[in-house]
Amino acid sequence: MGRTLAQKVWDAHVVRSAPGEPDLLYIDLHLVHEVTSPQAFDGLRAAGRGVRRPDLTLATEDHNVPTLDVDKPIADPVSRAQVEALRANAAEFGVPIYSLGSAEQGIVHVVSPQMGLTQPGMTIVCGDSHTSTHGAFGALAFGIGTSEVEHVLATQTLPLTPFKTMAITVKGLLPEGVTAKDLILAVIARIGTGGGQGYVLEYRGDAIRALSMEARMTICNMSIEAGARAGMIAPDETTFTYIEGRPKAPTGPDWDAAVAYWRTLATDDDAEFDAEVVIDAGELSPFVTWGTNPGQGVPLSGRVPDPDDLADPVEQAAARKALDYMGLAAGTPMRQIGVDTVFLGSCTNGRIEDLRAAAEVLRGRHIADGVRMLVVPGSVRVRLAAMAEGLDRVFTDAGAEWRGAGCSMCLGMNPDTLAPQERSASTSNRNFEGRQGPGGRTHLVSPQVAAATAVRGTLSSPADLATA
Amino acid sequence: MEPFTVHTGTAVPLRASNVDTDQIIPAAYLKRITRHGYEDALFAAWRRDPGFVLNDPARAGATILVAGPDFGTGSSREHAVWALQDHGFRVVISSRFADIFRGNSGKGGLLTAVVDQAVVDRLWAASEADPATEVTVDLGARTIAFDDVVAPFEIDDYVRWRLLEGLDDIGITQQSAELIDAFEAGRPAFAPTTA
Repeated sequence: MGRTLAQKVWDAHVVRSAPGEPDLLYIDLHLVHEVTSPQAFDGLRAAGRGVRRPDLTLATEDHNVPTLDVDKPIADPVSRAQVEALRANAAEFGVPIYSLGSAEQGIVHVVSPQMGLTQPGMTIVCGDSHTSTHGAFGALAFGIGTSEVEHVLATQTLPLTPFKTMAITVKGLLPEGVTAKDLILAVIARIGTGGGQGYVLEYRGDAIRALSMEARMTICNMSIEAGARAGMIAPDETTFTYIEGRPKAPTGPDWDAAVAYWRTLATDDDAEFDAEVVIDAGELSPFVTWGTNPGQGVPLSGRVPDPDDLADPVEQAAARKALDYMGLAAGTPMRQIGVDTVFLGSCTNGRIEDLRAAAEVLRGRHIADGVRMLVVPGSVRVRLAAMAEGLDRVFTDAGAEWRGAGCSMCLGMNPDTLAPQERSASTSNRNFEGRQGPGGRTHLVSPQVAAATAVRGTLSSPADLATA
Repeated sequence: MEPFTVHTGTAVPLRASNVDTDQIIPAAYLKRITRHGYEDALFAAWRRDPGFVLNDPARAGATILVAGPDFGTGSSREHAVWALQDHGFRVVISSRFADIFRGNSGKGGLLTAVVDQAVVDRLWAASEADPATEVTVDLGARTIAFDDVVAPFEIDDYVRWRLLEGLDDIGITQQSAELIDAFEAGRPAFAPTTA
């Protein structure tokens, strides 16, 4: 029987396999940031252990960093101590690091692909659940905890029990105006926040093949929001074209050997998945969330659901709690929900293509009175590329704030937060209670919907602007 | 890590599903660089509500958290496990856990016991009726027992063995050092490095 993409990558990395025990898997790339690593480095020190392969390890500062005054010391002493701990640990253990101020600094999941470090067939881990992003290249990439960070630092391996595989087949093509973000939000609403639990999701079908690498990263990034360990997309010409010529891409004969190998990775025709979900791309439309987990979403044309209409009592209770937290009444049309903040950025939607898409909507327009919009590039390279295209001027002319690179308002760990009861349209990945700041209310949206919402002040798509 | 065999304690019934790790420990508390001292951070936002179950004096000293399905979703932060342990929890019982949270728990010695939702419902009712209800979690026998109920729970064989023995993963893996060396020698020339 044939094998799936995930099984092929797994099999190629098994160091040791024994009945009744997890497989020991070799890790090709270990990404590190300041929040989930200090205790791991402490553990190494306490045990007198070193980092086995600093040359397969890369550190960057992203979660804690401010996006204003980035040339000054970090104002919050606790954040500064954590960033300084990462710098000291990187120096002590010989790990390459991109610090604030470096042209390569940025969100870990934006930096690695843009350098060409993320390549098909690799195993990639990071102490961050959105490591699933790198699966867009056909890598097996997943988030780990701090104990596992320590384990990979010490041994460059991880003991793992094989994941199950689930095919998410997206038939047809996405309609005009429907984006990768809308697709993944619809997938999560369909299968639920626990629907992918224990699985690696493989996204397949014509709609996926037609997507750019940036769009594929958006989809794989949010696999974790469906409970999955990882999301993957088989590498193809789009993948190879994206990687070729980047700083860490293979060159010469190595490039040819690499591409020849990458072409063998696609799931075999006779391979079987443990589960399969089929989505009709033609039925999709712009999608937004109304609740406090990413599965609580509806089409933008829909209404806030009535908890009484839900069959499952557990979901009913969760919906009631969510509506209470979000300050929403059942039956409200989504388009009537007003926001005071719009956040464009994050490892989900902070890439150049995302900024271009939002800028296209904002060009020649101005954001609504009383709305603030933060535009936060995912990396310094994205910021520089956007400025070279003049996108920064489009944003500032429209009244938005043009910021430095980092995780910013995705997670309420740095100065960019919502105040209690403030409501955002956010291109990030989580609408959990307090995620963007205590008491803050988050609606997850695509970059295009974010931009249109900033202009109208209520949840909107670019199509709403044309008719306004 | 201390071996885990049998534990008896009282419970905290947490009637909520999809308890994500941002609720277990909000991001503001992740800036610390220590491995301990997170007891104040556990459910920090929810604890501001005087009616939150963890604020009930009758729950003081409880060591077993009983939660709705999909406990531990979201961020990979292992601080969620540390905060639960620092507060005194030894066991979390639910009908479904998020993968990364469950993995982190196993590494840190926090037992995650998967039982049918019907068992969760009975345990919620028993503990709400009498907060002093004692629950015994027997890892060897894979059972939880309270009142006249004895119910099996599910846990991965290997994780169970490691918890029973109190073993450190890195030490186990380093016994395979020669296999790691051999694998490394065979990696393709095109594999990238960060150096």
